[in-house]
Amino acid sequence: MKIGANFPAKIPEGPIKDKWTSYKNKIDLVNPANKRLIDIIVVGTGLAGGSAAATLAELGYNVKAFCFQDSPRRAHSIAAQGGINASKNYMGDGDSDYRLFYDTVKGGDYRAREENVYRLAEVSGNIIDQCVAQGVPFARDYGGLLDNRSFGGVLVSRTFYAKGQTGQQLLLGAYSAMNRQIARGKIKMYNRHEMMDLVIVEGKARGIIAKNLITGDLERHSAHAVVIASGGYGNVFYLSTNAMGSNVSAAWKIHKKGAWFANPCFTQIHPTCIPVSGDHQSKLTLMSESLRNDGRIWVPGKEEDAKAIRSGTLRPTAIAEDDRDYFLERRYPAFGNLVPRDVASRAAKERCDAGFGVNATGEAVYLDFAAAIIRYGKEKALVTHQDANNEALVLELGREIIATKYGNLFQMYEKIVDENPYETPMMIYPAVHYTMGGIWVDYDLMTTVPGCYAIGEANFSEHGANRLGASALMQGLADGYFVLPYTIGNYLAEDIRTGAIPVDTPEFDAAEKGVQEQLERFIYNKGSKPVDYFHKKLGKVMWNKVGMSRNAKDLNDAIEEIQAIRDEFYKEVKVPGNLDGFNEELAKAGRVADFLELGELFAKDALKREESCGGHFREEYQTPEGEAKRDKAFQYVAAWEHKGAPKDAKLHKEMLDYKYIEVKERSYK
Amino acid sequence: MNLKLKIWRQKNAATKGKIVNYDINEVSSDMSFLEMLDVLNADLTEKGDEPVSFDHDCREGICGSCSLQINGRPHGPDGGTTTCQLHMRKFKDGDSIVIEPFRAKAFPIVKDLIIDRSAFDRVQHAGAFVSVNTSGNTQDANATPINKGDADNAFDAASCIGCGACVAACKNASAMLFVSAKVSQYALLPQGQVEREKRVTDMISQMDEEGFGACTNTGACEVECPKGISITNIARMNREFIKSNLKS
Amino acid sequence: MSFILSSIGKKVAMSLSAFFLISFLLLHVAINFLSVVSERMYNEASHFMGTNPIIQFVMQPILILGVLFHFTLGFVLEFQNKSARPVKYEMKNNQLNSSWLSRNMIYSGLVILAFLGLHFYDFWIPEIQYKYIEFQDPNRHRYFAELTHKFEDPTRVGFYTVSFILLMMHLLHGFQSAFQSLGVNNKFAPGIKKTAWAFSVAIPLTFVFIALFHHLKH
Repeated sequence: MKIGANFPAKIPEGPIKDKWTSYKNKIDLVNPANKRLIDIIVVGTGLAGGSAAATLAELGYNVKAFCFQDSPRRAHSIAAQGGINASKNYMGDGDSDYRLFYDTVKGGDYRAREENVYRLAEVSGNIIDQCVAQGVPFARDYGGLLDNRSFGGVLVSRTFYAKGQTGQQLLLGAYSAMNRQIARGKIKMYNRHEMMDLVIVEGKARGIIAKNLITGDLERHSAHAVVIASGGYGNVFYLSTNAMGSNVSAAWKIHKKGAWFANPCFTQIHPTCIPVSGDHQSKLTLMSESLRNDGRIWVPGKEEDAKAIRSGTLRPTAIAEDDRDYFLERRYPAFGNLVPRDVASRAAKERCDAGFGVNATGEAVYLDFAAAIIRYGKEKALVTHQDANNEALVLELGREIIATKYGNLFQMYEKIVDENPYETPMMIYPAVHYTMGGIWVDYDLMTTVPGCYAIGEANFSEHGANRLGASALMQGLADGYFVLPYTIGNYLAEDIRTGAIPVDTPEFDAAEKGVQEQLERFIYNKGSKPVDYFHKKLGKVMWNKVGMSRNAKDLNDAIEEIQAIRDEFYKEVKVPGNLDGFNEELAKAGRVADFLELGELFAKDALKREESCGGHFREEYQTPEGEAKRDKAFQYVAAWEHKGAPKDAKLHKEMLDYKYIEVKERSYK
Repeated sequence: MNLKLKIWRQKNAATKGKIVNYDINEVSSDMSFLEMLDVLNADLTEKGDEPVSFDHDCREGICGSCSLQINGRPHGPDGGTTTCQLHMRKFKDGDSIVIEPFRAKAFPIVKDLIIDRSAFDRVQHAGAFVSVNTSGNTQDANATPINKGDADNAFDAASCIGCGACVAACKNASAMLFVSAKVSQYALLPQGQVEREKRVTDMISQMDEEGFGACTNTGACEVECPKGISITNIARMNREFIKSNLKS
Repeated sequence: MSFILSSIGKKVAMSLSAFFLISFLLLHVAINFLSVVSERMYNEASHFMGTNPIIQFVMQPILILGVLFHFTLGFVLEFQNKSARPVKYEMKNNQLNSSWLSRNMIYSGLVILAFLGLHFYDFWIPEIQYKYIEFQDPNRHRYFAELTHKFEDPTRVGFYTVSFILLMMHLLHGFQSAFQSLGVNNKFAPGIKKTAWAFSVAIPLTFVFIALFHHLKH
């Protein structure tokens, strides 16, 4: 079914470059005096939630912001390393809103909504202005102007950055804007509070049930609109680069109350992560994509060498140049080691599956800086008039240069792996990193539940089937600072006479009762296994069967296995402690329960999408060379409506027409 | 390796805590410190005991959640790391490890190893911002060039993760490194100039109200800071505070 | 007023009073050193200091107030700082992140305070008694003999030496720390630190040298 009369995407008329402006000119506004009468709940305080809360409060709304961490500053946006894109064209290299729009749609493999992406490109420049005005210390050149670097295979330099901590600096910027509003009393901050359910009154989102994680008390909070900014669901894989607390629960709760969930199978697997070392592993660590600028990726060309390395009898440095397989350079001569994330990840998996993996688990490839060290060393020796044939000197100079570029990453690697990457090649393996899929929203960022909005990574967003580097930060801040604050007014204009929403109503009673029952069920369950046991089990199924490459048989198996794990979970889970007081296991149980449902929908979505595109690779749909094969018939957003259980979810298709971009094959050969 | 853990257990803020001993076996040297605690917690849960509560989230050294005092040092024996990035290879078979929460009057204990650091938030509410609207109607980002040295120093100060190791390390439980990092960031940038004087006095007054101690320049905070924030920031804050008071 | 009540304000006051006391130390050691060079010069300088009305009735009370201020504020800060951590750590490993000197200013300070008590008892009280209670003849040649007489007793010289070593320790942290408290930590900081270190070592050692000099000469 096509998304039609019930839930149109509400795209404004007119040429694409005028749509946002004309939209803003025509929408209803709420006058300042009336904004004081309106409450808005924001769940999550990362880049999207934090910037939205600050801006809405500044406009005059009463904002209640919730985060499960002990401070809004700890949201996982803080971990983003590389940078933020903006079409400022400061470098004068021909960048424009259109080019950013084009790159994003193409990078997303033509599975994103054109109009939303154009708007994103349009406001991207403003984000940089805004952040600089807030005192975000972006990198600058010696002339005092902002520096840019290039990222992820695009043809211009449009990425603004603050060393390897861009996410941190941007989040602290949004947090500072929140602090100002908290001090003014316009944001009431609820730290260590978790949203447990959405409350719908007369068809509109009117509040949430939240749990105070310290006391364990359930609280009722009402508002005229509810904004979900709770991030992505990568932790459905158990091991990912997400934070331990990152979860799908807020998004899943609104899905169960009527919000459609779009493209759950679009997940980004990032190629340069530190490989898994053992069963105890709780989390994977990402290392910036920038490493691929100088590192060469390889595995041994001979299987016996790979075996010897795995058993520890051979050192990688002992393998001759001719016996190495630089598989990205071999397969993609044009882009080499700089192919996009999805392509690089799959190629690494293909080699490891074929038996050429290099660490004890067989799931790692080398990222080697030896060539770069020698190249830089020789250059430096020449420039400084030293002996470029002196090997020791060249190595020393080269290592110095590599240290200035990637020193912090090399140090982090050494701390975790206990090997010196200046001497032995790094080992890397792909890991789950970001979810392009999420809650379906219209042009206003409103979900299919009136008055309930989803922003940032939580929505199905502008990234289609694959996100380009440095675009997540851009989207989060665009939604929060510049899009939602306008579009929400259009909805709230009808609510100026509603008055405060009471919480002593049957709708709140029912929602709270449901939450209470689930919590009691966990605490009083007579199980024997901790929550993590089930989470790890789910993660293994997701990674092995719904991971980097998928096929119908595995997906069908995965659906059954996930259902079985879910049944076992409710029978066997053991949650220690009490209902009151701080109880992390209880919080985890609720989150894993939701992952166990999402995982199934995820696999179902992957099964239904009978094509390969972006982060979604179906083995049945590939070219003879093993590249992704797209299908025009699947050029749609798959939006799932909850119908009781994940297996019964109903598919709605939002067909994607590209009027301003010609749909082409992505090739990096 | 096998280890003896001595962990501070405390039910909640109102009750008294004590050290409880645990033996843990077959710890792999590749584990992170928190993964070692995960293993302990899984054991405790299966035995029907309550697991040890501790704060953690990103586990990649940037969110600032983790906050353990390990063998008398914030974030343990390895320099320049947070607890989540500390690995068990820094310990030896048979070691006994004392694990406590960061202790300060301003950081009351929530449960076991979890503390309440909202005092840091309140200090930030007092003035850690530039009063500019997020409307987007700001001037172009490149309209005001900023000296690269100042921008880099501002960044270094801004790289604070708000973990509280400085308070934990200080014999006076002083928060001056944390506060000075924020004051410095804004004092170094042109955007921070308008509110410069008010900001430092408001933040210091909130800091004092929270019950942190005063700085006696022992330098412990700088050594234990996982992000290597320098105490030159404290000197700058002192300067800012003196200037601000001389002017008013 | 809010300035001096604030944490930084108190630190600034500590630093300023410390600088004042350090400058007094410098003067004191210079005059004492004259006793090594020449008996006559020492007597003249001492007589001047002991009889000049500005020194006696303006500077001396200011100095006493300065000492009292520095000590009192030191105790107030120590009390506040201690109360900022009501529950102690089970295990401490502070020696790995900071110097013993910097962590124990209160103890080096207390020993110096005890020494000051003795010093008052030894020199200042007899002097006040001599001049203002007994109104004895202002003999401008008595000072050197009094000084050397005090240093005959090996116990006193020993205690004197120990006290000055503690003063050295107090200064080693305190002097450079006072600059930091006043916000001086810039490109001159390494130079300041070295100078402060040299001063902190040299002044107490000179005092000790003078004492030993007279003791051994005797």
